[in-house]
Amino acid sequence: MRAGVVVFPGSNCDRDLARAFRRAGARVEMLWHKEAALPPGLDVIGIPGGFSFGDYLRCGAIAARAPLMRAVAEYAGRGGHVIGICNGFQVMLEAGMLPGALMRNAGLKFVCRTVTLEVATDRGFPGEAYGKGREIRLPVAHHDGSYQADGETLDRLEGEGRVAFRYRGNPNGSARNIAGILSENGRVLGMMPHPERAVDPLQGGTDGAALFAALFAAAAAEPALRPA
Amino acid sequence: MRLRVTVMLRQGVLDPQGEAVRHALGALGFTGVRSVRQGKVIDLELSDTDPEAALARGREMCEKLLANTVIERYEVEIL
Repeated sequence: MRAGVVVFPGSNCDRDLARAFRRAGARVEMLWHKEAALPPGLDVIGIPGGFSFGDYLRCGAIAARAPLMRAVAEYAGRGGHVIGICNGFQVMLEAGMLPGALMRNAGLKFVCRTVTLEVATDRGFPGEAYGKGREIRLPVAHHDGSYQADGETLDRLEGEGRVAFRYRGNPNGSARNIAGILSENGRVLGMMPHPERAVDPLQGGTDGAALFAALFAAAAAEPALRPA
Repeated sequence: MRLRVTVMLRQGVLDPQGEAVRHALGALGFTGVRSVRQGKVIDLELSDTDPEAALARGREMCEKLLANTVIERYEVEIL
């Protein structure tokens, strides 16, 4: 399997994500944000955490308009598997790949600790990885992680099984305790917690490893269509 | 031509920073501050000479980048 990790100025979880991808058996290429096209034949794309463009204007706003992001959105549009973590989730929302917005934490503090999540879906690779209802522990580290969307959108996400993870004990004020959401086809996941920081016992936990294993299994079973 | 873009959170969207400012004002003895909403002001200098065209471009800039219309509203004015 071949995976790409998008790199913006200010990305700082890119190498952690690449390492988690490699650990799941993938060959990894780093993708610079100024490129206009993706290398052909990628099975998975990851958008990592960090502080792309210094969080200027809004978190993820400038990164979302980078040339490469147009290609990433197009890749998702033809059924490709994409995971966006933390700042990567913010970038995805700003790029319109997933609905809603991430706002300043309700408590105004940067929250950096390991939290308990409930797997809230049986869909897509998160459902495959854990099964609905399972509890997992992953680190969060963010200042702008309060997920917000209008009531209609939240109802739709819940109704379609697209809320992937919920916080047990809400660390940031997210609507309906939402920690991560899926696209309509279940192949694009955006989440605030960091599964790539929980793939090795040395990191204090390994609950993230199953997510990457399931991601690559899903991408192998249902690859993206070739570009038109 | 100079444009001023004002970006504010939409009505009903919780503004925790505004709330924190309101509390701080209360602590300083400013009573009766019912609400504080915080936003952004962005000043632009454009080569446009036609005010209508400049305003239209400013609004397009807001839609595409300067505001996140999921949570924010914007106003564009000529300075």
